[in-house]
This record gives sequence, structure tokens and C-alpha cells, in this order.
Amino acid sequence: MSDPLLSVENLKTQFFTEDGTVRAVDGISFDVHEGEIVGLVGESGAGKSVATSSLLRLVDSPGEIVGGEVTFKGRTLFGLEEDANGDLRPRDDMLSEEEMRREIRGREIAIIFQDPMESLNPVFTVGGQLREFIELNRDLSEEEAKREAIDMLREVGIPAPETRYDEYPHQFSGGMRQRVLIAMALACQPDLIIADEPTTALDVTVEGQILAMVEELQRKYDTSFVWVTHDMSVVAEICDRVNVMYLGEIIEHATVDDLFYDTKHPYTRALLDSMPRPDETVHELNPIRGVMPEAIDPPSGCRFHPRCPDGREVCREVHPEPRDLAEAGEPTHRAACVKYDAFDVGYDESRPLEADVTGGFDAGLTETGGDE
Amino acid sequence: MTARDPDSPSDDARADGTTTDATTDDSPTHDAAAGSDEIETRVGLRYTLRQVKRDTTARIGIYTVGFVTFVAVLASIDYYVFDYAVAEAVWYSPVSDPEEVQRLLPPVFMENQFGTGVLEHPMGTDHRGRDIFVRLFYGTRIAITVGFMATGIGLGGGTLIGAVSGYYGGWIDDVLQRVTETVYAIPFLVLVIAFMTAFGRDLTFAMIGVGITSIPVFNRLIRSRVVSVREEDYIEAARAAGVKDRNIILRHVIPNSFAPVLVQATLQIGVSILIVAGLSFLGFGAQPPTPSWGQMLSASRNYMLPAPTFSLFPGIAILVTVVGFNILGDGLQDALDPRINN
Repeated sequence: MSDPLLSVENLKTQFFTEDGTVRAVDGISFDVHEGEIVGLVGESGAGKSVATSSLLRLVDSPGEIVGGEVTFKGRTLFGLEEDANGDLRPRDDMLSEEEMRREIRGREIAIIFQDPMESLNPVFTVGGQLREFIELNRDLSEEEAKREAIDMLREVGIPAPETRYDEYPHQFSGGMRQRVLIAMALACQPDLIIADEPTTALDVTVEGQILAMVEELQRKYDTSFVWVTHDMSVVAEICDRVNVMYLGEIIEHATVDDLFYDTKHPYTRALLDSMPRPDETVHELNPIRGVMPEAIDPPSGCRFHPRCPDGREVCREVHPEPRDLAEAGEPTHRAACVKYDAFDVGYDESRPLEADVTGGFDAGLTETGGDE
Repeated sequence: MTARDPDSPSDDARADGTTTDATTDDSPTHDAAAGSDEIETRVGLRYTLRQVKRDTTARIGIYTVGFVTFVAVLASIDYYVFDYAVAEAVWYSPVSDPEEVQRLLPPVFMENQFGTGVLEHPMGTDHRGRDIFVRLFYGTRIAITVGFMATGIGLGGGTLIGAVSGYYGGWIDDVLQRVTETVYAIPFLVLVIAFMTAFGRDLTFAMIGVGITSIPVFNRLIRSRVVSVREEDYIEAARAAGVKDRNIILRHVIPNSFAPVLVQATLQIGVSILIVAGLSFLGFGAQPPTPSWGQMLSASRNYMLPAPTFSLFPGIAILVTVVGFNILGDGLQDALDPRINN
């Protein structure tokens, strides 16, 4: 395969708070190829949004990207190296803040934000904002930008774009505003669009329309997407490959078919099990036990072990890095779970954790177990 | 150009329209959009003005301010373009002493030890025999100029400093706010007088001085708003689109933080007028013979007992103007407050 458009290696973002260091993103690696939609899935608090803003270096104090490498089209968006004293400093080829702003943000990589109600400036007309972004990122004159903006509004299915151009965000419905945001992202003709849960705030009907439209436009413009969501059905609908995040780490990576039909990691399994299915009638849904622990003090070993149905003693001690579990010739399928033979850390001989739980040793589980 | 199924846009309009009819008009024609006039004009100056006019007291404020400003414009035209020629042609010059001096005449229909009021001088004459009405009229120019200029300086400086301070936070915020507080800690009259002693006693420096002392007011007000506005998603979206910090502050942060500042500015105009009148009273400010209300008050204090009406009229002028601005400010505040607004 050709070089990936975007490649993220071992990215780490931490928040330095008074209570301690929150390791929001803790060494994630993934890549996005041209024309691909890559999913980033996980529960609230898994670090998805922090990961995406880290890609554009938009993390604000007290947050800081502390390690890893982000490469986009051969350019280093972020990279550190050790200097003579052993301190980390930005590499020489890392783009400056000015270059990031001028050449990358909006122009090469655009973001669609989660909440369409909040992502448009209420005091400007929708068209004015769209035009501002286009003017800025495509070096067009005001008039050309306006024409382009109206074209874009038509493209995303907004009726009577010439009229709507001069209206204010509060005059648009949620679905319409999300369309405007998508128009904004697409209008600057970026190569990569990061969609940060763009359909979460919408109802299912509108969500369906938006997804269909995105697929359509994606085919037309051949834009790559990083699609952040917590909704497995959206993943199935739209993504080519999926990364599942848990507590700042990517614990499984697979093509969308493999993820659904050949699920490896127990967390992914549990996520899929917790969803209602149209083909099965159940009395109660099957939630994942407990809640995600705080990233400020993650569990030892495998971070999922306190909630894992397959958890064993060894999971508490060994922290698994994702490994490729696919058979030769198959597309990559990485998962970070020691129950697979590839890890070979004595999972089979290890005692199940369940016994400890009933004995009340595992404070973490008994504490969080009652929440659900 | 469009590769979409031609049916889907209209489908979508229906789907959206049914769920959000109450707040949005998804109809494709402009006529329908214009029909919902109430929603159409919720934003903008005209809507705000209409909202202000609904309130009777605020309406009085608008008319007072409008009238005073109108008078000031007339006076300015006569002063700058014709050098009081119009005043002299139709009435009396507000600056030069009249030839036959009738000093300290009372208003018409009244009497005092200097004589009986005449229709020619409806408000009487001052200690040099100049017509008080004319001087009041032309004093409006100074009051309004001072009010707007001083407030403009405070508003501009304070808004910029406050917005930068609130947007960046961190040490920039600390430095700017501590400096502001230092200025705030010094009694403003002392500050302005010190400023004018250093640079000059004329009106320009009075305005600049008063403007500078009002910077902290605006600075702190807008900063408190900016701190919350900068967390909004549309600011993040602008950053992600590569908009310059300068443009984010000017185009996105300030306009969204401006409502309380606008109210404060209206009130501040009244305050500035009052302060500069006070300064003129102390001899700092417009220098004689330029007619200004504060300076008229200052001159009249020696004749308080024999000719009390001399000080009465400039006092009333200041009172009416300042109260007018205050009422307007209150009305604006109500009009811009979304909780009262509906």
C-alpha cells in the first residue's frame, strides 16, 4: 500500500491538573490512507476528542502533547527529539505554529465539530462565516468565495442557498446547521476531515440523511475522514477501518467487517453486545459492567481488566500492546488482549478475576459496579 | 454541479421543518421567510432599538439623547463651519461680550437687583452680559463631544485590552489585569488632574484623561464575558479552520461579548459628561470664553445669591443629559437581556 496520508505514532497527550496528570491519550498509533474513512470509537472519556485536537495541535493548557509523532503528507505536524541533555524538544522539521495555522488547519485538515448548535458564531450570518473560511483557506476574492459558499450550501442539500446565505445560525434547524458545518469543512477542499461525533446531537432520521450525504460527498471529492463516534451503528454504516479506544489507548484495530464479524478484544465484544439488535428480542440489554475509570489513575496491567468478563490474574500485571492477530494474507487486525496466544504470558493458566470480585478484594470493581 | 439525488434536499427540508417549525423557517422561498418577521429580525440594531422603544422610560431616554445630540450637531456646524456667524445673525454670540452690558439679568418675567428679565434673553445673562440660553445651546457641543470621545477612548482601549487579556489568559492576563487594577486604585479625579497638569489644561486632554480612567471599567467587564465566550465551540472551530488570533478576537470573540459593554458605554457617556463638567468647574477643561456647562457653573458660583438662576440652567442641562443617557442605558440593558426579552 502507498504511504498513508496521515500517520500517528505513539501519540501522548496529558493534562497537568492540580490532582495529578491525566493521561487522556496514552500512546495511540493509527494511520489514514487516501480516500478512506477511519473510525475512532469509544465511550465518553476514552480520549477521542483530545486525540483529534492533538492532531491539529489545538490542545489548550493545561493539556500538552508530550510524546509521539504525527505525520501528514510527509510533513511533521508533531515530533519530538532528545537534545544533548536528554530533554525533549520539538524536532527541526516540525511545523511552526504559524505554518500549522496557515497551511494545515482548515486548508489541509478540517474539523467538523460535535455540536452544530454551538459551532456557528451566533452574531454572523451563516454565509458570512462560510465565506470567511473559504477566503482564508483558498485565496479567493470575496466575490468568488461567496459564489463558492453558495455552491457549497447547495451541495450539502440546503434549499434556496442564496436566501439562506444571509440568515443567522438561529434560523437554521440542527440538521441544517450540521450541513453548514460539513459545507464549511468541505469548502476549503482539505485532504482530511476530522469529524468529531458530528451526528451525535441529531436525531436518527437526520443522522441517516447526513451520513448518506457524507458518503456521497466523500466519493465525489475523495476526501479522507477520521470519524470519531461512540455509536457502533454509525461505524458500520460509514467506516472502512476502525480503531477502538479505551482509556486513552487503542485496544483494537480492524477493518469494519472484521471488527463486527471477528471481534477480538473483549471490550469491543462488550460494546457490540450492549447494543440493541433488530434481529433479536431481549428483555434487558447487556451493558458493560461499571464505568470507565479515571484516566488520572488508570488500572494496572490491561486497563480494561476490572470490567472485563474474561479478566484473569495475569491481566492485572501484564499491559498488552496491540499486536496483529490476523492470519497471513488477511488485512491487519490488531488487538491488545493477552487471551490470544500471540501474547503468550500464561493467560490460560491464570486464575479468573471473578473469584476475587466476590471475595471483595478488588476495590475498583466493587466500587464502580453498583453504578449501573 | 450537484451529484445528489434531486429529491433529497426537499425531503430533508420536510424532515427538518416538521421538527423545528417553531424556531426555524425551512421554507425555500424568501417570501415565507419574511413572513416570520419576529424571528427574522431578532438580531441587529433595528430590532434592539424597537425593543428599547417599547419601554416608555427608555423612550424618553432615546428622545432626550437624540435631542441633545441634535443640538450639539447644530452647534458644532455653526462653530466649525461658520465660526458662530449663525449664532450672531439670529441671536447673540456665545463668546464675545455684548456692547451694552446688561450683566446678570434674570430670566424673562423675573426680577432681581440687576434688573428685570427681558424676552430677548429668555434665561437671562451671565456676569459678562452674555446670553445664557445661547451659551447653554453651544455648551451642548462640548458636553456631547466629551461624552462620546472619552467613552470612545475607554471603550476602545478597554475592549481591546480586556478581550486580549481574557482570550489568552495566563501571564498576559495577569499582567494586563494587574496594570488595570493599579489604574483603578488611584482616585480618578486625581489621575485626570495629574494627567492634565502634565500634558496641558485644555479639553482634549480632559477627554483623553477621562477616557483612560474609564478603560478599567470596560476592560474588566468584557474580560469577564470573553473568558466564557472563548470556550465556545465556534471559537474552537475558527481556530481549527486556521483563522488568525487577531481575527478571532476581533470578529468572533468581541462581537459575542459586546452586549453588556454597549450598556456600560451608554451609562459611561453620562458619567464622562459629569466628570468633565466637574473638571471645568475646577478650571481644568474647556477654557474661557468657549461655552461649556461646567465652566458656566464655575463662573456662576460667585453670583449664587444675587442671581441664582445663572447656575440653575447649566445644572438642569447637565442633569437632563446625564439622566437621559442613564435611562437609555437601562433600557438597552433590558432590551439586550434575553431573559426579559420576549
